[in-house]
Amino acid sequence: MSESIAVKAHQLYKAFGRRPNEMVRKLASGASRADVANLGTAAVIDASFEVKQGEIFVVMGLSGSGKSTLIRMLNGLLEATSGTVTVGGTQITGIPPKQLREVRRRNVSMVFQHFALLPHRTVLDNAAYGLEVQGFSLDERRERAMAVVERVGLSGWEDKFPSQLSGGMQQRVGLARALASDTDILLMDEAFSALDPLIRREMQEQLVELQAELGKTIIFITHDLNEAMFLGDRIAVMRDGRIVQVGTPDDILTDPANDYVAQFVQDVDRARVLTASGVMEPAKSVVSASAGPRAALRVMRDLQTSAAFVVGNGRKLVGVVRDKDVMRQVKAGERDLTAAVRTEVATVDGDAHLTDLFELSVESELPVAVLDDKQRLLGVIPRVTLLAALGNVSSNTGEVAVVEPPATISMEIITETLRATAGAEDDLVGSSEGGAR
Amino acid sequence: MNDFRIPIGEWGEAFVEFITEFFSPVFDVIRAVFGGFYEGVDWVLVTPPFWVIIVLITALGFWARGWLFAVGTAVGLFVIVGVDQWETAMDTLALVLVSALIAIALSIPLGILGARSRTASNIMKPILDFMQTLPAFVYLIPALILFRIGIVPGIVATIIFSMAPGVRLTELGIRGVDKEVVEAGYAFGASPRRILRQIQLPLAAPTIMAGVNQVIMLSLSMVVIAGMVGAGGLGGVIVQALSRIDFGLGLEAGLAVVILAILLDRLTASLGVRRKRRARPSQTSADSVSTDPGSTDSESVDTMPSVGAPAFQGSTHRG
Repeated sequence: MSESIAVKAHQLYKAFGRRPNEMVRKLASGASRADVANLGTAAVIDASFEVKQGEIFVVMGLSGSGKSTLIRMLNGLLEATSGTVTVGGTQITGIPPKQLREVRRRNVSMVFQHFALLPHRTVLDNAAYGLEVQGFSLDERRERAMAVVERVGLSGWEDKFPSQLSGGMQQRVGLARALASDTDILLMDEAFSALDPLIRREMQEQLVELQAELGKTIIFITHDLNEAMFLGDRIAVMRDGRIVQVGTPDDILTDPANDYVAQFVQDVDRARVLTASGVMEPAKSVVSASAGPRAALRVMRDLQTSAAFVVGNGRKLVGVVRDKDVMRQVKAGERDLTAAVRTEVATVDGDAHLTDLFELSVESELPVAVLDDKQRLLGVIPRVTLLAALGNVSSNTGEVAVVEPPATISMEIITETLRATAGAEDDLVGSSEGGAR
Repeated sequence: MNDFRIPIGEWGEAFVEFITEFFSPVFDVIRAVFGGFYEGVDWVLVTPPFWVIIVLITALGFWARGWLFAVGTAVGLFVIVGVDQWETAMDTLALVLVSALIAIALSIPLGILGARSRTASNIMKPILDFMQTLPAFVYLIPALILFRIGIVPGIVATIIFSMAPGVRLTELGIRGVDKEVVEAGYAFGASPRRILRQIQLPLAAPTIMAGVNQVIMLSLSMVVIAGMVGAGGLGGVIVQALSRIDFGLGLEAGLAVVILAILLDRLTASLGVRRKRRARPSQTSADSVSTDPGSTDSESVDTMPSVGAPAFQGSTHRG
């Protein structure tokens, strides 16, 4: 196993009430949250999941879905009624308080919705709080905290008090405090929900950047689906205390587990969530660079299109050919297709979000080519496909494959040309020589 | 109906008799400690010439509230000297300081206990009600039996009467500390003791100081009753004036009590505020210091560092 498990929750229950154990027994045997409402509140019901090292795991749900209770069981702020939590290989359910404090100091830190800063301490001393609890000397903890304060973009503010800072800056201090204690795992409880939208966006981007740089495992709680989709490597959707689906953002958008999730995701900004590789179609109009112009022309004729992507060794994209150019080559009896290749092709990375595709799609007459990091052609995104993905309708009409751009030269003329120029070595209807797929 | 009677009085008497018999050494120790404490404080206040004390208290007033209050302090104290009540006033001040100090030393830990445990809070609540509302003369009787006449029963009665707001406001203050901030302390692995010392007490300080202020004011209101059991001071003078129907003397001593009360109230009230001000230096508007430690002032800074993008006013919606 190359990726290890940072946090594991196994059949977690949390019930508030006079007889929590009885509630758990009933819930485990299939009772719903409403069935046990007379006994108390079932906050979390049978939650099991694993968070991999270095991933951003988002728990998403509306208020009252139990997500805040769930995250508080992951560092023992709330004791689970039943079930186990394992953090970095250590089971933290049912251990004595002293040991639990040790886990909180070394392994798990937390960022809070309303920042929870100490108002009587400066920014620097707030950021150093975790280190102070860990027992570092004043000089050392200030030095370390200063580095983190600079990293989150608050240099020059270290001697100010929280009340002198704006909301976004206060949360940077909260983030700095969690980062300074240098734990592998970061719990973030609605960390950006109290910020206004522009600041929130900025903080989300900074978090993704920090995560890429520091490789922390982040468990992020939110009620905002767009935030979940933007941040999450994987998302757990909670409803009424239960986890109803765990999956990647694409999974949840394209394959919701039930009507609830489907309804939930219908308002999401799909362009920001879906990736190019998630919506692309297989490239049909493709020829190998080593194939001749005649093969290229035949591919275009068969697909009734006026352009074909040309790939070299290992499906590396070379460029694109247009039917007029190839037609001229065929008429002139040329054999080298690469002479007709045009290199001005719109390409995107497979991980690009659809928002990045609009401009390319508008400017380019051809479908946008989707490449992997080795410049290999993975697929194409015609405009129709882009629109269909945004509208959440299938672009597959069944009979006619989507091929853009439409042919500019009629099929008969192409066939005629091919026949007229056919050499002895070339059969009339042969398709063996081209790279048509 | 005359046959039926609940013998609460007899029980009480029996109880007092019982503790006098078996615990009198304990009460002798308490008597010696309280008495000694009072003598010491009183000696410090009475021994120097009056102007030395006036200068010291005026300086304290200047440090706490500024020159206007300092001038008022000096004038007030000179009035006490002018009506020839200086020594009795200092006796009373010593009584109030000693009782209030002991009451605070008892009530803050009890308040912390109440904030920690619902059960403790539920047990203490009726007892505190009892202590505060039972007429002082009633518990003066056993206090007299146990401690004999003099300053000590006065101190004990004052402590009993004035403790309640100290306990209540300490508990209220700690319970009122932003839950999320306390949770943050736990989340970073702090021990309950550290959280109490570094988070709960500092953030509850304004409320606790209001409690301290109340304890002192209630102590002062007991001086006349303390005077009746021979505690002396201004209370003793007022009791004397009452027995002689001497309105002039009563008025002078009463005025001295009022002056002491105002001084003590303003001084202790300003201590809580000073703490908060010091916690937020270079605040653009010191007046807008809010009582809720977690809330942001309206004067939030509205530029973001390093990022460069114009930031909007940080809005911290609470709740």
